[in-house]
Amino acid sequence: MTEITEVPSPFCGIGTDDLTIKVDGVLLKVIENGCAVNTPAFEQPITDTHARVSGQEVSLEVAVAKAAELLKDTKLPLIGGCATDVNGMRGLLALADKAGAVIDNMNFTGARNNFLALQDSGWMNTTLAEVKNRCDLLLVVGTDVEAFAPRFFERYLWNKESMFLEDTSSREVIYLGRAPSGTASTSPTGKAAQVLPCAIEDLPEVIAVLRALVKKQPIRVTSVAGIAVADLQAIADKLLAATYGVVTWGAGALAFRQAELTVQTLSEMIKDINNQNTRCSGLPLAGKEGDQTANQVCGWTTGYPARTRFSSGYPEYDPFLNDTKVLLENGEVDALVWVQAFNVNAVPPETSLPTIVVGRSGMTFTKEPDVFIPVGTPGIDHAGHAYRMDNVVAIRLKKLRDSGLPSTAEVLNAIEHAL
Amino acid sequence: MLIKLTGGIVYDPASGIDGQQQDIYIRDGRIIAKPADAIVDKEYDLKGKVVMSGAIDMHTHIGGGKGNIARTLLPEDHRQDPVHRSDITRSGCGHAMPSTFVTGYRYAEMGYTAGFEPAVLPNNARQAHMEMGDIPILDKGGYVMLGSDDYLLRMLTAKKDQKAINDYVAWTMTGAKAIGVKVVNPGGINAFKFNQRKLDLDEQNSHYGVTPREILRVLATAVKEIGVAHPLHVHGCNLGVPGNVQTTLDTIQGIGGLPMHLTHIQFHSYGTEGDFKFSSGAAQIAEAINRNKNITIDVGQILFGQTVTASGDNMRQHANHKHASPNKWVTMDIECDAGCGVVPFKYKDQNFVNALQWAIGLETFLLVNDPWRIFLTTDHPNGAPFTSYPHLIRLLMDRSFRNDVLATIHPEAQKMTTLASIEREYTLQEIAIMTRAGAAKLIGLKDRGGLSAGNWADITVYTDNADRQKMFEKPDYVFKDGQLVVVDGKVVSTKWGTTHVVKPEFDASVEKGLKDYFDRYLTMKLGNFKISDDEITEDGRGSISVHPLQGDVA
Repeated sequence: MTEITEVPSPFCGIGTDDLTIKVDGVLLKVIENGCAVNTPAFEQPITDTHARVSGQEVSLEVAVAKAAELLKDTKLPLIGGCATDVNGMRGLLALADKAGAVIDNMNFTGARNNFLALQDSGWMNTTLAEVKNRCDLLLVVGTDVEAFAPRFFERYLWNKESMFLEDTSSREVIYLGRAPSGTASTSPTGKAAQVLPCAIEDLPEVIAVLRALVKKQPIRVTSVAGIAVADLQAIADKLLAATYGVVTWGAGALAFRQAELTVQTLSEMIKDINNQNTRCSGLPLAGKEGDQTANQVCGWTTGYPARTRFSSGYPEYDPFLNDTKVLLENGEVDALVWVQAFNVNAVPPETSLPTIVVGRSGMTFTKEPDVFIPVGTPGIDHAGHAYRMDNVVAIRLKKLRDSGLPSTAEVLNAIEHAL
Repeated sequence: MLIKLTGGIVYDPASGIDGQQQDIYIRDGRIIAKPADAIVDKEYDLKGKVVMSGAIDMHTHIGGGKGNIARTLLPEDHRQDPVHRSDITRSGCGHAMPSTFVTGYRYAEMGYTAGFEPAVLPNNARQAHMEMGDIPILDKGGYVMLGSDDYLLRMLTAKKDQKAINDYVAWTMTGAKAIGVKVVNPGGINAFKFNQRKLDLDEQNSHYGVTPREILRVLATAVKEIGVAHPLHVHGCNLGVPGNVQTTLDTIQGIGGLPMHLTHIQFHSYGTEGDFKFSSGAAQIAEAINRNKNITIDVGQILFGQTVTASGDNMRQHANHKHASPNKWVTMDIECDAGCGVVPFKYKDQNFVNALQWAIGLETFLLVNDPWRIFLTTDHPNGAPFTSYPHLIRLLMDRSFRNDVLATIHPEAQKMTTLASIEREYTLQEIAIMTRAGAAKLIGLKDRGGLSAGNWADITVYTDNADRQKMFEKPDYVFKDGQLVVVDGKVVSTKWGTTHVVKPEFDASVEKGLKDYFDRYLTMKLGNFKISDDEITEDGRGSISVHPLQGDVA
């Protein structure tokens, strides 16, 4: 039995790397600095140690050969999930390139809200250490931060010391749209966040008015979506008076049509504030289970984010047409490879197509896939790299135990070579 | 396996060979002396061909977060240059900010065998190495960025001694796997976080009270004292600001004779004369370079067309966003470490400022006398994509071509440049110095950039052609570590290059202060910050080459 300290997590997206984990054979127990997201993800037991073809246990070699056989004569295979580490994504993209596949990260529809805004007008963003040391005003838009990342406030807002704030507990937190599910945003001295709730689908209107106020445009109405314009004016004034304001949102949490326009309005508002001689930055919340990793590696390998097809012999990005859901519904693809090394509950969509699952040990299926290859989890069963939410820091994941499970990269490279 | 390259005209400035016919022998990836009695396994008849070592780009943005932001920002640019996969190459995209695989192929297809990323943020160094790890064929390396990091500025405010700073610089280089140290807008990226919008050489950071001049001095001293061959790599203050020629001259004077490399100096050579209050400072800069032997420069030539600028200088990039074309741009503050700014640019020959920028770069090339102290760059992709190098070489080597192009640019810009009167044409040997021997010497590569026995066999073979653009864009052969990778300007096989680093020594006690700082203020544990060798080598493709420090006994 050993205890491993300073363990980084690929699960929560905020780059926590202070976990202490007790390792007993292949059993893990988080004994320090766990949270509702990380602890169950680390402690998930290994149940499958053998690959299966049609539900029958087989050797890895047989499963790889079968997977290659299923892919061999396909016209357009789909590689979905795309939830793994950097080396796993390298292997995935090599396989996709060779097989002429379309790849799609499972959370891309949420991330698309950010990509469309980024690719249309850009943004001014910041990273977690800047928030930790500089942020004196945090505006949270439409997102329950602590449900997303339980330790966000503890680590990055209520840190005991910061380089540039006398007293971190004096930071101000404002929720716009969605109320927090708990009290993590309440400061150590008991100051609760200000909450201005509205229906989530009314956020476009609310944010448009907030941006207009920041730009000092006259607003004739007195309330918008149930929020008093005077309250929005107060937020605008605070953003313009802050030393280092930060606006955060979860692209996936903005679950209404054309939410990219709301991300764009927020991002343009942040630019407007900077153009009025005040610093302000965006902080998109994201990056769980390899989302950022998928987009980063696909970005440098193809030029495009992880919703890209290789069926023409070169990468073609389309954030709408290359959507797993659309491709399956329209019958455009003829095989499914599902890659998910982090989360046993993120199972492939139901389909009658030939299905190969390269998944975390412990995944259960309503319909047994043609091939199931259990793989190790990056940061538990093998070393690796994963990006956290701000896309800057790639954390070095540690190997914690000897499970004998292959890595995603090993499996996908083997399938590619067998093709 | 013994390979013989027979009868080529060799340009090898590292050995003082200037266009002499020579045979070259290769065994086990390296160039060897003529063996006494060995049987040649493969011979290439290079009679009449021009032979140089593989070219080295000493300043090119090929790895790290800002490049990937640039890629993500510009799908419409990629769509105009899709790159098909082949049996031996991967698919990807080209033009302004190519995908990693295409970066490797296209560099190799121009005869380049190494590229160095000049802006590796310590906290983003893993990404830089992972991206470069996916660039085939080329060797690579990085200069780690310091100077706006809060740790250094706190040390300066606390009046820590030079020894403590040297330890911190050496520790950071080791942790980030770097071969050099770069400073970008010294202290300015940090000042932008405190809402300062400009920072002159002698202007204080509002929080720390430290000036860029002090930062440059202390870092240039550290680099020299810890024995790093590559001088402090400096992207100076006031990038792009009319009148910054004076800042640059003051920067040269202010470094007090210490070795210093001023990068993309074209962007720092602007006067304020003329009707448009924008003029060339190239003559003054070149005069200062010629006089100050401690200074080296690369040019950062702009060439006309669409590109994207990606810089650590978020302060200046924010100011430049007004020129974004297309109108979209990104800036970031990063990890109490640095920042970045990505702004697409379209340089136009009929725009007065762009046209004069073009002329300023060329004036600089032609007025600096010593080719060992000036390097051929476009600051890829900031002045132009690296694929424009053959065109740039023709501009330098062919006066009549240069003057033909000059005659087509904005007429007011033509009046504001002395370019038409400059007769100099670069020779092949001078090109070989700038892009090979000089670059290897500047970076401190012990066995690259030359063709004498003992060097790695990175070799490029061209067909001599009066049209130098045609000549340099399509080498007959390129060998990387002795492996034939390009024939007639097309990749025929691929391999993986090495990562060049130095490992300067430091007092281990430096980590005491750093651990405390990481625990209190940063978001990562100190132990998780440091990049281990196996992160680069574990996939079976990468390797690390450690180069000597000055003062090391060979």
